[in-house]
Amino acid sequence: MSLFNFFARNRSAPVARERLQVLLSHERALTGRADLAAVLQEEILAVIAKHISIDRDKVNVKLDRGKQFSTLEIDIEMPEGTLHRN
Amino acid sequence: MSKVVVVTSGKGGVGKTTSSASLGAALAQAGQNVVVVDFDVGLRNLDLVMGAERRVVFDLVNVVQGDAKLAQALIRDKRIDTLSLLPASQTRDKDALTEEGVGRIIEELREKFDWIICDSPAGIEKGAMLAMRFADLAVVITNPEVSSVRDSDRIIGMLDAKTLRSENGEKFEKHLLLTRYNTARAARGEMLKVDDVLEILAIPLLGIVPESADILNASNLGCPITLHDPASPAARAYTEAARRLLGEKIDIVEPTEARGFFNRLLGRKAAVA
Repeated sequence: MSLFNFFARNRSAPVARERLQVLLSHERALTGRADLAAVLQEEILAVIAKHISIDRDKVNVKLDRGKQFSTLEIDIEMPEGTLHRN
Repeated sequence: MSKVVVVTSGKGGVGKTTSSASLGAALAQAGQNVVVVDFDVGLRNLDLVMGAERRVVFDLVNVVQGDAKLAQALIRDKRIDTLSLLPASQTRDKDALTEEGVGRIIEELREKFDWIICDSPAGIEKGAMLAMRFADLAVVITNPEVSSVRDSDRIIGMLDAKTLRSENGEKFEKHLLLTRYNTARAARGEMLKVDDVLEILAIPLLGIVPESADILNASNLGCPITLHDPASPAARAYTEAARRLLGEKIDIVEPTEARGFFNRLLGRKAAVA
């Protein structure tokens, strides 16, 4: 075991602490509205579907929970010509 | 031909989740397409051990209930692209899973992956039953400790009675993965030996994972040990266990901790696991 690894070893607990803090702050805040991402997806899709036809299989939702902010990314593939319709 | 593996134990805290993540990663590192499925609905942790906790959007329950497509719930590992995770729900309970729904998802996963690793919850209730129901083989995680061995015996009985394969009279392979093993303590007679456990449980041995601080370190960081510290004795034990699952014949040797006090006294070299 090298000296580098020896010190790297000691650094993992702070990483664990930080990961848990971020995770638990999100989980505690979400109590009671567990399916927020699902609800958001449904409502956003319903709004878009009013205007253009979309394939539900071509919708991709990604989430990244961060300490300062989180990002919700919804990729919707739109059929050819959708945006040019008059 | 895809293989569905249930990682189970009966008893909690013996290393099911760590082993699911490590075996899954080791198989993926060997070039296999792998998905690890967390069946512990209500108490998910595989996402945390695999470092994907910030990226969970949809989960197993959403897919079972049709609220999300399978592809939307799968999280691809950022380090190995042949490794994916299907997380459990944190907010529902195990009754949200149905046998029909789980069966449908396993069939769908079989089309996409070579290995489907089902991380079972502890206990013998619905969650554990559904995790094993559609499996082709089981990896039984056991610690060299009386209560763990007893619970493993109980789970082995259930694997022989309650899996679809067993019910159909087909062969159901069960492999023993002995974890948290301390060779020095076993040698001093303070801990059950490998042969003691094998004699009692009477299923073939897949590997022996040493008790190791490296494991805690890997889970702190959210990185399976076979990726984080592949040269460590525990990682080597998992890598070799994965190769045995792939059909390789590798002798199983009791691990010796390279850093252990007694080994240093005896002048032993690096661990063989």
